[in-house]
Amino acid sequence: MNNLSSPQYVIETEAITKIYGSGNTEVVAMRDASMQVEPGKVVALLGPSGSGKSTFLTAVGLINPPTSGRIIIQGKAILDGDNALVNLRSFRRQHIGFVFQKSNLIPFLSAIENVQVAMEINGVSPSAARTRAHELLDYLGVGDRANNSPSMLSGGQQQRVAVARALANHPSVILADEPTAALDSHRGRQVMELFAQVAHEQGAGVIVVTHDHRSLDVFDILYEMEDGILEKKTRETIA
Amino acid sequence: MNLARKDIRYNFGRFTLATVGVGMLLMVVMGMGGIYRGIIEDATLLIDRVGADLWIVQRNTRGPFAEVSRVPTNLVHRALAVPGVNAAREFVYHTIQREQNGKALRISVLGLSWPTDKGEWLPLSAGRPLAQNHYEMIADETLKLALGEKIKLGKEIYTVVGTTKNMISSSGDGIAFFTVADAQAIQFDTPGESTRLERAARYGRGERSDLGSNQPSLLENAEKSSAELPTLPLPQISAVMVTISPAADLDQVAKIISGWGDVSVYTSDGQRELLLKGTVEKVRRQIGLFRMLLTIIAAIIMGLILYTMTLDKIHSIALLKLIGAPNYVILGLIMQQALILGALGLIVAYSVGSKVFPMFPRRVILAQSDLIQLALIVLGISVAASFLGIWKALKVSPNEALS
Ligand SMILES: Nc1ncnc2c1ncn2[C@@H]1O[C@H](COP(=O)(O)OP(=O)(O)O)[C@@H](O)[C@H]1O
Ligand SMILES: [Mg+2]
Repeated sequence: MNNLSSPQYVIETEAITKIYGSGNTEVVAMRDASMQVEPGKVVALLGPSGSGKSTFLTAVGLINPPTSGRIIIQGKAILDGDNALVNLRSFRRQHIGFVFQKSNLIPFLSAIENVQVAMEINGVSPSAARTRAHELLDYLGVGDRANNSPSMLSGGQQQRVAVARALANHPSVILADEPTAALDSHRGRQVMELFAQVAHEQGAGVIVVTHDHRSLDVFDILYEMEDGILEKKTRETIA
Repeated sequence: MNLARKDIRYNFGRFTLATVGVGMLLMVVMGMGGIYRGIIEDATLLIDRVGADLWIVQRNTRGPFAEVSRVPTNLVHRALAVPGVNAAREFVYHTIQREQNGKALRISVLGLSWPTDKGEWLPLSAGRPLAQNHYEMIADETLKLALGEKIKLGKEIYTVVGTTKNMISSSGDGIAFFTVADAQAIQFDTPGESTRLERAARYGRGERSDLGSNQPSLLENAEKSSAELPTLPLPQISAVMVTISPAADLDQVAKIISGWGDVSVYTSDGQRELLLKGTVEKVRRQIGLFRMLLTIIAAIIMGLILYTMTLDKIHSIALLKLIGAPNYVILGLIMQQALILGALGLIVAYSVGSKVFPMFPRRVILAQSDLIQLALIVLGISVAASFLGIWKALKVSPNEALS
């Protein structure tokens, strides 16, 4: 729920660096990455494989804290290095929606239950959660598959259920890591447009890791990651 | 939404198998308790059913159940003379083992003092009490003797006129009831040849002694049945059972009888205690230890089952953490499955057990207090068993949902 006073940026990272391992095996996956996202803006994060995009996204998603640097969400400092300043898990369920490359559904729950559970752990009543889950699945074109288990859905259908789950709690931050990899270009674009719509209507900040240069027009801001270095781009400077 | 139930439904076959396994294990634990109950019940059943207030036995013995006791028959009359004594009965009790249809048949022979006691107090499942003072018997169903069946014991043939349910000796053998005279005939049965030899020897001894030549009538007696010889000791009985009149004081009567030099006196409670302390104590400890081991094994197995069930859905648990599920949701998921497993296991144990246990050679009694105790134990081990899985689940990082 968007119940904080409206700050200038919904997502702000201050020089976040991530170092995996130590000694000989040390890998600097991301160095001094800074980004500001205003409410209602949709960011595309581009860059080659292994450049550190997922590292950045999971850091902002508060599941992979940076080694140093600060993460500020809705004007509130959340992480200082790997030091949590709030309860990360409860912050995640209230404010952040995730969609990942691999569809990440719970296999023992049906499609609709996968959406429902995200709301129920956030205190929404089961019946209200079910109603909203139905609406979201219908909107994403998988309403007829609501009672199927994930294993009976195609990759694209699973991904759309995951999108529905990410949107369920009206998050102020939506993070998507190559969400359209399993979708055809039409559905892929539809998902991007949905993110943009949610961003514009709810004032959420959205970061999408994508390789699909055809949909870049949907995005408000472009960033590119290369060898762990994050750089802001314009449409003209994108290769 | 109940995640525990959804996961169980998803993994239904495996969970069912685990439940049946745990159930069987708990059935054995339950059975151990039931066997113990059965042994106690069987051991004390005769004492309770006979309904004597006092037992007079051979001095300084713990008879007639825990050890052999021999008292003279006339003790009955001595006991009857004590003020406050309402009735006194002979108690004759011993175990024999015979072949019947090629199988060993162990019978605990119990004498009823005809004609005062025809076995009316017995819980007859078929037939009738004894109607004549010879050649009839009432047999427990566990002896597998049918009504009307004839069986040769000693020199006589006895007819089964009645059957009882659950009349079993402390060693687990079925009890057969005869008149005291028949019971003694069975106990003191000697082959005809040895009787003839004994009478001839007796006659010979008489002829050689002055007593024999001075009193020829003595020699006549020598060839009679030993039971008819006034000078020889009578066949002895195991104990005398006394019931006192309602107005009399039990302690007072017991005090008088225990003053006699040749006997010891026990109350029914005293008898029960003798049996439980002596015969049954080791069995009780043995079964108790065994049951404890089985409980520990059940806990370990349940722990392993719950641990693997948790490992199986560790990805889902990481994902739940990633989308922000609080710990109690994850804890509840595992703990509820543990409790469901325990509860269903208990139900399986009880329903299979109550079908299987009656087929056991000895009684298995599922007492309600034991079942409640077992339920509490299962509750305890379910909670304990879920700890390993919960520990694993709480340790997993939400990042693992992405790998
Ligand atoms: N858990 C990890 N441990 C060690 N190195 C990692 C880990 N995750 C990612 N890396 C490394 O960090 C770099 C960036 O990876 P990643 O953020 O996944 O890139 P991208 O998402 O752009 O493909 C890569 O070199 C990768 O090997
Ligand atoms: Mg990646």
